[in-house]
Order: sequence, then C-alpha cells, then structure tokens
Amino acid sequence: MKQFLTFVRKEFAHVLRDQKTLLILFGMPIVQILIFGFALTNEVKNSKMLIVDNAHDRASQQLIAKVEASRYFEIEQSVMSPLQMEAAFREGKIKVALVIPDNFNGDLLHLNEANVQIIADASDPNTATSLINYATSIVQDYQTGLNRNLTVPFRIIPETRMIYNPQLKGVYNYVPGVMALVLMLVCVMMTAVSIVREKETGTMEILLVSPFKPIFVILAKAVPYLILSLINVVTILLLSVYVLDLPVAGSLLLLFAESTLFIITSLALGIFISIKTSSQQVAMLISLMGMLLPTMLFSGFMFPIENMPLPLQMISNIVPAKWYYIIVKAVMIKGLGFNAIWKETLILAGMTAVLFIVSLRTFKIRLA
Amino acid sequence: MEAVALRNLSKVYGKEATRAVNDVSFTVNKGELFGLIGPDGAGKTSIFRMLTTVLLPDGGSATVDGLDIVKDYKQIRSRVGYMPGKFSLYPDLTIEENLNFFATVFNTTVEENYALIKDIYVQIEPFKTRRAGKLSGGMKQKLALCCALIHKPSVLFLDEPTTGVDPVSRKEFWDMLKRLKEQAITIVVSTPYMDEATLCDRIALIQNGNILSIDTPANVVASYPEKLFALKAGNMYALLQAMEHYEHTLNSYAFGEYMHASFRTDVSEVDVKNYLQQQGLQGVEMKTTVPTIEDCFIKLLKD
Repeated sequence: MKQFLTFVRKEFAHVLRDQKTLLILFGMPIVQILIFGFALTNEVKNSKMLIVDNAHDRASQQLIAKVEASRYFEIEQSVMSPLQMEAAFREGKIKVALVIPDNFNGDLLHLNEANVQIIADASDPNTATSLINYATSIVQDYQTGLNRNLTVPFRIIPETRMIYNPQLKGVYNYVPGVMALVLMLVCVMMTAVSIVREKETGTMEILLVSPFKPIFVILAKAVPYLILSLINVVTILLLSVYVLDLPVAGSLLLLFAESTLFIITSLALGIFISIKTSSQQVAMLISLMGMLLPTMLFSGFMFPIENMPLPLQMISNIVPAKWYYIIVKAVMIKGLGFNAIWKETLILAGMTAVLFIVSLRTFKIRLA
Repeated sequence: MEAVALRNLSKVYGKEATRAVNDVSFTVNKGELFGLIGPDGAGKTSIFRMLTTVLLPDGGSATVDGLDIVKDYKQIRSRVGYMPGKFSLYPDLTIEENLNFFATVFNTTVEENYALIKDIYVQIEPFKTRRAGKLSGGMKQKLALCCALIHKPSVLFLDEPTTGVDPVSRKEFWDMLKRLKEQAITIVVSTPYMDEATLCDRIALIQNGNILSIDTPANVVASYPEKLFALKAGNMYALLQAMEHYEHTLNSYAFGEYMHASFRTDVSEVDVKNYLQQQGLQGVEMKTTVPTIEDCFIKLLKD
C-alpha cells in the first residue's frame, strides 16, 4: 500500500509540476464549453429585420409590437421601395424583411383576411428557414390572439410542441456533447503519453529492474487524472448552469457517478494506448486522431447516428463517448433516473473492465 | 561462488540478424569489480540488459547470484542494482524525492541503508531540493548511483556510468566504486574509456559482440608480445605515413601526442631513425614505452 501511495504521489508531482499539462487539463474544457456554447450554435439570434409598414394602423402596430417582443430580431423600421430593399439585402444590412401592405387593418376587419410579405436572404438557407419560421410563428401567434375575441365554432389549429428543449436551444445538445468530448480527450491523451514517456526517458528500464507491480503503475497513473477530471466535470457543470443557463434536471449525484465511470473508461483507454505504443508522438497521434474524430462523428452529438448507414451505426457502438452522451442527456436534460440508463452504464463498465484487463495482461515486463 | 556467470550468451537484433552479443561466456566472482571494456556498439549494453533481465537472450544462459536470468527474473530484479547508460531518473522530482521513491519501490527506506550511500549522498545533499533534471552531469551520476544502491544490492550493474562526465567527477566516481567494493558488493561496470580499465579487478575486452580477452588489467598488459615504441616528429602526419610503409612495421597508430609502433623483427632504434631520415623527416624522437590497455585492445582488434 505504501508503495502504491508513493507511485500516486510521484504521478501527482509529474502532473502538477508541468504547467503546460495543467493548462491543457483545465483550459481546454473551459474554452471548449464556451466555444461550443456561444460561438458554434445554430440558433438564430438578433438578426437584422426590416419592417416596412405601409398601413400605419392599429393592427399593424400590434403586429410590430409582437415582433419586437421576441428577441430573435433586431428591428429597423422604415419605408423603402422594393428597389431600396433589394439593395439593403445585397449589402447584407438586413437578413429578413416584413412588409405590411396598405389598409392592413381594414382588410382584416372587412375581408377577414390580410396578407403580409416576409422576405428572407436565402443565401444561407438554414438561417433563412429559421428566420421565416420564427417570423411566421409570430404572425400566427398574433392571428390566434385576434381570433380569441371572435366566436367561430370550429377551428383546428395544428399545434407543435418541442419537448425537453421548447426553445430549441443549442446548449441542450452541446453541453453533454462537450462533456463527453472534453473528458475523453483530456483523459485519453494525458494517460496515453504517461506510460510511454517512462519508456522514452528510460525510467521504465530502471523500474523494470525493481520489484514493482505493473498494476501499481497503471492505477497510479490514473489516480491524478481521475481527480483532476472530476474537477473538470464540476467546472463544466458550473459553466453550463450559470453561464449557459442549462440546469441539471436529474440527480446530480447520479450524473457525477456516471461521469466518474466514463472518466475511468477513458483513462483505461489511454493506458491501453500507452502500453501498446513506443513513443509519445505516436501515442499522442493515436489518441488525437483515433479518439477526437470518432468521438465527434459517432457520439451522436454532431451528427445523428440514426441517419448513418448500418455499418457506421455498428461502429458507433464501440465509441465510449456515445454511451456517455446518451447517459448525460438522459440525466441532465430529461431528468431520468438510473432505471433509464442502466444498460449504457453496464456497457461502459464492461469496456472499462476489458481495457484494464488487456492493459495489465499485455504490460511489457521487459524491454522491446 | 561466482556472482555472475554467462554461458554462450547471445543476442540477435532485427531482420539482418545482427549478432550484438555472440556466444559470450565469462564469470564474475563475488566482491569483484569487473569491467566490460569496449567501444560504442560492442554489445555492452545488450549484455547488461540481459543480465538485469529486461532483455531476453536469443541463445545461451546466464545466472546472477545463482538465479537464472529468464526463469528467476523476479528475484533477480529485487536484489540487483542497475544504472542504465542513459540518465534515467525522474527529472521533475527532486534529489530527495527520487531517492525516497526508489527506496520505497524496493520496500526499504533511505535511513535503513544510509550508511551505504552516505559517502556519495553527502556530496549532493546540499542540493536535495533541486530537481534532478537541473543537475550537472556528475551530480546526476552520483544521484543515480545512490538510487541504484539504496536497497543494498548484491550485484551492481553500471552501464557506462562515466560517459559524458568531466575527468574530475570520473575520478571521484571510481573512488566511490572502490569504497563500495569494500562493502562486499559485486560490481559489473562497462566503459568505453581504456584508462578506466586499470581500475578494475578484472576486465573483459569486447568488440562486435565478441570477447577478445578476459584477465586482470596487469596480465592483459603483460601479455603484450612485442616491444612497443613511442615516436614523435615535427610532421606527425608524414611520420604516420612513413611508419605505415616501413617494411618491418607490425602495428602503427596515433596515440595522443605520440604514435605507437611495434615491429615484426627485432629492429634497432638506429635502423628506424635512419629509415625515417631517408623519408625526409626531421627531429624524430623515439623511445620504448609500456603498453596500455588501449594498445592491447588495438593489437587484439588487428589479430
């Protein structure tokens, strides 16, 4: 036991005395969560909207007030000819325009029907679609408000509802994804270089000529990173709750327990890479290329796995991050309990056990 | 009883089947300071690695402390001390931390065997909070020796411990080895420096994986068969060229500020000087000299 503690203390010294490692360890999660949370979002916010109000009546003012109340648009009101409007679109001054015709109120009252025109810059089709959808839903909302005062016997309104994420917020997707990605990267990369570094510097040669136990070396390498990664989980959760406004719906304790399991899986994977490689560069390359890409592609956080061809779907099953991503989404966003995720938990635990056993079995007790 | 015994030990590397160690056999007695002398690439490190059980032999067998290097590797690992040729301690740990770490790995404490390392440790103790990576070459070697000694090994394997160390530290290091020998620790040391060979009890000269000769340094020197001369002239290059082409020359090579030469027949100094004068060499100085280990080595290589 004393031997094990000595190994752990040594590993802590390696980590804590290496400022670059520490920077990666703690800097990367914060930067990634902020980048993914803010910059790389597909939400449309504060798009410039031009409102051309040719009516200037009660109904048009009410509609404009509705649009202004939403925070999707930055509104500019002016009267423009179609030509001027086109110029404004060309210069990119506006992304969407809402044109209210003459006699808008009158048409509504007398004909029970009025038109508005919504024009969007579709050079970016996704944004345009979102903007049109937002604007249409505001107009519909206004119309529903008007209808409420009327007595019409039968009306069918198709009502769509987005569950779990009613505002279609991007962070709901990104936070679990980034958690999986960051923990995976940090844990795999850091441990992947740790044992191979001892081989490279020659300290492994001395260690081999001693009565050390391989399991001590393997476990001791994992301990500091496990503790530091748990700190990372806390940081990510704090950021997501207080900066990205994404609360934890389920049990915090369960979330931590599952994260610990995933961290251990990643550490086991890193150690496995470290034992199989012979230089730090190779270990780094394998953990970056071999982990980063599959994690991005196959965890389901960027591209839906259901849309992939069957062979790729099968490959996605061996990516630990996929299972953790499912777990975090279930616990953090849907607020589900252990009953809903025991299968995923079991898969992760099984992967960990296999990796540890294979690492221990293939630990080289000799050089070359 | 012998502390280390090799029987036809061989190591083959790579596809070309380079025989790094070729049927090497020798024994090291208990309490002996045994030197493995040879240039880089002679196979010294391969032999050390096989004896310390971190490399498997491709042929032959060897025992350390009577234990087989393949079968009983676990026992051997806990009782030998090993200092690889490359500095292999943790550069980000301090002197003290490195020492404590290795003491614990060997299930002992620094206090328990302090007497053994005291002489060496006091020299680096003033810097004990300094990180090992920031030490000078000599201090690194002293620390590495302390770490290899901390569990009171029965056999100490030192692979080129003085390579890259300044002459003063080298001398200090060998003084330390002599004191360790008095503690009845068997020491096997390798070095590419011929001058260090004379400090060993017995030496094995090794080249290309083959042992050329095993004996005490004095016997190796005494067995030099020819008379050896040292020559010097104003133009050393011309002298070397001239001696190379002299009909009676057996061996001739540059040696420090002189050149050494031996002859097939019993030529007199006057004959040689006359020949050199004919070759146009001025200010030739010639004297007999006592062969060194290096001379023996060169002779063995030529044979």
